[in-house]
Amino acid sequence: MSTTANTMAKTIEQKQQSWLSEKLNSQTFWVFIAVVFACLFLTFATDSFATTKNLYNITRNVTFVAIIALGMTLVIITGGIDLSVGSVLCLCSMVLGVTMHAGYGIEVGIAAAIATSLIVGAFHGVLIAYIGMPSFVVTLGTLSVARSLAMVASGNTVVFEFGPDHDLLLALGGGAWFFGIANPVLYMIVLALITGFVLRWTRFGRYVYAIGGNEHAARLTGVPVRPIKVAVYMISSLSAGIAGIIQTGWLGAITTNIGAGLELQVIAAAVIGGAALAGGVGTATGAIIGAALIEVIRNSLGLLGINAFWQGCFIGGAILLAVLFDRVRNFRQNDE
Amino acid sequence: MAILELTNISKHFGAIQAVNDISLSLAAGEVVGLMGDNGAGKSTLVKMIAGNYRPSHGTMRMEDRELVMHKPVEARQHGIEIVHQDLALCNNLTAAANVFLGRELRLGLGPLKILDYAGMYKRAGQIFAELKSETRPRDLVKQMSGGQRQAVAIARTRLSNAKIVLMDEPTAAISVRQVAEVLNLIRLLRDQGIAVVLISHRMPDVFAVADRIIVLRRGRKVADKKIAKTSPEEVTGLITGAIEQV
Repeated sequence: MSTTANTMAKTIEQKQQSWLSEKLNSQTFWVFIAVVFACLFLTFATDSFATTKNLYNITRNVTFVAIIALGMTLVIITGGIDLSVGSVLCLCSMVLGVTMHAGYGIEVGIAAAIATSLIVGAFHGVLIAYIGMPSFVVTLGTLSVARSLAMVASGNTVVFEFGPDHDLLLALGGGAWFFGIANPVLYMIVLALITGFVLRWTRFGRYVYAIGGNEHAARLTGVPVRPIKVAVYMISSLSAGIAGIIQTGWLGAITTNIGAGLELQVIAAAVIGGAALAGGVGTATGAIIGAALIEVIRNSLGLLGINAFWQGCFIGGAILLAVLFDRVRNFRQNDE
Repeated sequence: MAILELTNISKHFGAIQAVNDISLSLAAGEVVGLMGDNGAGKSTLVKMIAGNYRPSHGTMRMEDRELVMHKPVEARQHGIEIVHQDLALCNNLTAAANVFLGRELRLGLGPLKILDYAGMYKRAGQIFAELKSETRPRDLVKQMSGGQRQAVAIARTRLSNAKIVLMDEPTAAISVRQVAEVLNLIRLLRDQGIAVVLISHRMPDVFAVADRIIVLRRGRKVADKKIAKTSPEEVTGLITGAIEQV
């Protein structure tokens, strides 16, 4: 009787230990701790950090990078990369803006923007999965093409009048309908929950990890590798399109240079959050936390009165530190 | 009673005759060693049985019904399982996830189905127990020894009611102790009435576990003998061509 109880206790203890060690071993967890410490530090070091207005700004600014990082994480898990997201965001914003400017309602505008993003994503997916072109090259091409198309669509002008549903669009992106939380934050939370659920609990999510782990093995065991890859690139572009729609509503105007250079921030967020560019590893939580760390760094430099020119150094340092940390951990595991 | 019957099977790729007029049969609960030098046609033959290639000529019959397959998934549906040489494992996934890869258990109705983690861990645990392997379903494959990885790959064949298991070089590149583990796994499969085809270059392993040996040379079958009626020396001669045919 007592032996059974003993074994039980041991098993439970082991389980708890493995749960704890799993947490301690995850890059995401340590980045999360870093974000928390940075926030605590800033709360005490400055008067302006923990104000409603600043928190509102931070949380909203996180969302654009975070939402795209969710889609990017899927691509990175399969072992690919999507460099086009900044330009796709611009193109989708422009499609939305031009459509609404022409007098169509917001439903039509959003449908057109989303359709655009899905078409771009499907184009990527087919070239990568069926033709076998490297994702880096394909999306590098679209990085150029999509922004160029946005310029063509708008005549390279600023669009700031959005027809009959102008106010609705601005409220959608710039409002705060629940408890003073910026609307984009709500979208981000919903999208993160969906992504997390899909990755953890669906067969699709399992296949995404399998493709990143060993694509050949996935194919041999009957995983529909090609359709899944197409879907993953479509989701990545879709996330850029959604971010574009929200950002348009928030800014109230679209220029052809919005989202320029955004792809690197998004990839940085995903990588800081624990996604491995070699494939097979990454989580939705990681994408959000990575994006949060970048935004907190950016915000804090301003509040602490540090010259904005230093921003790149700190963000770059965070990327290197996060990945270095991961390497050190792997060395230790390999030694054992 | 033959479970699989190949009659005058040939396969050519353009001008290259990879497999030439081979006939053979497999019985339930029999381990057949398939030997031959590189390029002898072993892989091509096995890939036809696994549904990767269609024979150019000849017929395959399984349990007295003609077997025509267009893709590997169909072989699985007929009860033919293959353990690939590289094992086809995803290092970033757990043992259970690898066992069920491509045929995950799911819960729920309609299009909204979720993965049945508990069910898969439980079933994988049962299979590992049956295989007398110490592999734990929740462990990541990247942390496993060569023998454990073999056990994961072999566990896949136990998900369905496999009648034939094709194993491609299962004992290449693993340690001596692990070879013994894998040979035991093969005996376990045989004892459950499964026909095992063992492709191997390693003479001692084949002689340790096989009931019968088939030797291929240049796409032709040059020997098909009970293990008791042959010897490693004779088989070596057959593989190299020193002995023409028996």
